[in-house]
Amino acid sequence: MITVLLAIFIPFIAACLVPFIHKFLTGSRIGWFVITIPMFLFALLIRLVPSLSEGASYLYTLPWIPSADIYFSTHLDGLSIIFALLITGIGSLVVLYSIYYLSEREAIGRFYTYLLLFMGAMLGVVLSDNLIVLYVFWELTSISSFLLIAFWYHRKQSRYGAKKSMLITVTGGIFMLVGFLMLYTITGTFNLQELIAMREVIAADSLFIPAMLLVLIGAFTKSAQFPFHIWLPDAMEAPTPVSAYLHSATMVKAGIYLVARFTPVFAGDTTWFYVVSCVGLLTMLWGSVNAVKQTDLKALLAFSTVSQLGMIMSLLGIGSLAFASSESTHIALFTAATFAALFHLINHSTFKGSLFMVVGILDHELGTRNIQRLGGLATIMPITFTIALIGSFSMAGLPPFNGFLSKELFFEAMLSLKEANLLSVDSLVLLFPIIAWVGSIFTFIYCMIIVFQTFFGKVHAPVPGHRPAHEAPIQMLISPMVLGSLVVLIFIFPNLLGTYILGPAMNAVYPQFVGLPGLVPKIHVWHGFGMPIFMTIGVIIVGILLYGFLRYWKGIYSLGFLQWTLDRSYNALLQRIERVASVVTKTYMTGSVRDYVSYIMLFFIALVGIGLLGFQQFIFDFSNDAVIEINESIIIFVMMCSSVAILFAKSRITAIILNGVLGYSIAILFVVFRAPDLALTQIIVETVTTVLFLLCFYYLPEWKNEHKSISMRVRNGLIAVASGVAVTVIALLVQGHSLYPSISIYYETASRLAGGLNVVNTILGDFRAFDTMLEVLVLFIAGLGVFSLVKLRRKKGVDHPEEK
Amino acid sequence: MTKIVFFIILTFGVELFLSGHNNPGGGFIGGLVLSSAFVLLYLVYDIETVHRGTPFDFKRVAAFGVLLAVGTGMLSLLFGDSFLSQTTWLVDLPVFGETELGTMTIFEAGVALTVLGVVVTIILGISEDVE
Repeated sequence: MITVLLAIFIPFIAACLVPFIHKFLTGSRIGWFVITIPMFLFALLIRLVPSLSEGASYLYTLPWIPSADIYFSTHLDGLSIIFALLITGIGSLVVLYSIYYLSEREAIGRFYTYLLLFMGAMLGVVLSDNLIVLYVFWELTSISSFLLIAFWYHRKQSRYGAKKSMLITVTGGIFMLVGFLMLYTITGTFNLQELIAMREVIAADSLFIPAMLLVLIGAFTKSAQFPFHIWLPDAMEAPTPVSAYLHSATMVKAGIYLVARFTPVFAGDTTWFYVVSCVGLLTMLWGSVNAVKQTDLKALLAFSTVSQLGMIMSLLGIGSLAFASSESTHIALFTAATFAALFHLINHSTFKGSLFMVVGILDHELGTRNIQRLGGLATIMPITFTIALIGSFSMAGLPPFNGFLSKELFFEAMLSLKEANLLSVDSLVLLFPIIAWVGSIFTFIYCMIIVFQTFFGKVHAPVPGHRPAHEAPIQMLISPMVLGSLVVLIFIFPNLLGTYILGPAMNAVYPQFVGLPGLVPKIHVWHGFGMPIFMTIGVIIVGILLYGFLRYWKGIYSLGFLQWTLDRSYNALLQRIERVASVVTKTYMTGSVRDYVSYIMLFFIALVGIGLLGFQQFIFDFSNDAVIEINESIIIFVMMCSSVAILFAKSRITAIILNGVLGYSIAILFVVFRAPDLALTQIIVETVTTVLFLLCFYYLPEWKNEHKSISMRVRNGLIAVASGVAVTVIALLVQGHSLYPSISIYYETASRLAGGLNVVNTILGDFRAFDTMLEVLVLFIAGLGVFSLVKLRRKKGVDHPEEK
Repeated sequence: MTKIVFFIILTFGVELFLSGHNNPGGGFIGGLVLSSAFVLLYLVYDIETVHRGTPFDFKRVAAFGVLLAVGTGMLSLLFGDSFLSQTTWLVDLPVFGETELGTMTIFEAGVALTVLGVVVTIILGISEDVE
């Protein structure tokens, strides 16, 4: 299925092309090139929806590193298509919006390069079937998010937010990788579909719980679940299109995707249910409570995103109970929770995306996002107001918007837990509906804050340097208008979405329940007077009351435990790590090259010594060795003389020349042993090194006999002798052992398999090309390292440009 | 004199690089010889003069080399082979007669350019610092 591969790689290729095309399409016009990519991919993917809804799925495998079980396999099914459509669909709208949002003075080329990089990586996450490939793309989304948050890198807050998000999500990713490796040791496969098929084997293994928790940590850090949510509010330093795209619609949903994807693997155990649903509910409550106290609209939306993600997460947790039930009516009761989660996922992307864009418009036109400086905009910016109203009321769970439908399903799922006591689940879960209800009240309150404190009340004086309030240009309004109308359209035709998009996704999450009646329920706009509707009415009444008296009870936010933020712990932890690290580093980084060489040598001796003692196989076998000729003995004698003479050299130049003698003698030795490649390399390396030495002369201190203490001399002497002995012992031992298959087979197969007669080169370029490629990479990195160290040293004393 | 030697070394480097498939030589050695040619130039003339003659940034040369080496590996993925698989073709070229063309040459060219770029970058970095 080449379409899926194209979907992943086209954004990356386009990202590489952006800098070049930017030369021709200057300014923000480059955006018109960029927007074609998500639009094209969206069209490509949506064509597959009908076949997916009939139960098809597309698996396509390319060998990548087959020797390590890593295949570049892509898998498109009902679950991935939801995310892929969100990524490309919202992506198109965000690019369109950003064309008018970013000013011509910004580094627009860089912005779109990062954005496309993210798009490709995110599509890679949801479309790859191999866990290692998934992990690579997962970290790539963290990196592109880092780059986008730090887009305005001259601001200190942007750099802080970027670093924080990177540290938290990448650390979580590494935990997840360990979890994946555990799954690999259990099953011997990295392929998701095979893992799902082997769920019983996994569940019986002792690594089941550790692997589950590690994978969950990855998901929770990415989806900003409590207590890892602290990076999301700081990520709001990114340009608003980025916040709308990465930090509300797509990237933060990667964790949701992972949980949904792994539900068939892990959900048989109630631990999964407890962890996912409790963390989700706690996050929902904490996020919504904190959102109410924010004065920056973007921070408010960030906490609201945290809260909404928690809500989706908790629904997925409840959905996992279906695996513990036996009766089909029960199963349908709990699968409905997952259905609600996926439904709300889409709804959230639509209304939150539009709200972010509205905040971006306010920021762009008025120069502030602070609700204390905003007010009375309803008549001045009527279109923006309408979109904000639709988005907020949908988020609050009011009809006639799609948020109402999913909120009702949410309450219903929470209430279904009272059936769960049949399933040996703790009766504590009966508290869940109450927590959900309280969280929803706070959600209602902050939604009202967005609408009423921004668009009603008295008009404030314009921010200095900005024109008085006015409606945004129509081009900026198109994207939020599209999202806003989707909010209403989904409310009117929810079952269209249910049948074609959510149904196939449910089949992917519950492979063993495919075809079960009630797995894909009908969504009813009105389903009679039941508990959910009473809960919604309660939310509205209590919410309005609390909003009305907000200024009287807002004081409780100054209470101790609500003041407490995890940010402080995060900062303290970071400072402590830096302090300890610098103390430890200072103990051994003495600045003396002599010390560093002795560390390296000591480590080498220890490694070889432990290895030899561990194997206990001191077999010296000289029977096959050739006779040592007289000319060889002469060369070796020259080498010994020159190396001993270095110790007694009186000037530095003598030492360098003697060292050269040593090097060239080795080259001659290679010639004698008929290794022309090695001899050539050795000669050239020797020449270049000598030049380097001569260059470094300038920095070196006077050559003087340092009067070191006797103990120091003895220590250095011992290290030198020991390393010499270690090398000699290895050289002598090698003949007698064959730990690894000999490579001499390449002599016979080189010309047939690699088409070359020079066996050294066929090994370097073909048989072991992977090693060579990595060596080239290491060489390049080392070169850059040397270069930047030299350059940085010179700049010392000059102010760092970033700190201005 | 230096100019002549420089071109001899350059030619030798290219020759080593191209012959590497069947005779002693190859990307790594070729790259080293090329860089030693440049080092010779820098030793004889001053940096500004050489810069005027070779107006390119050696860091970019190295980066391009890495791109080539990794890129050829990626290329084989597109044809359904595993990463870094190499292929050769026998092609009848007008002047050279029957010639063997292989993706390994591109890979080796990447190695050579990386070596050249890195060595010259390091030496230049240090020597520029002297001034």
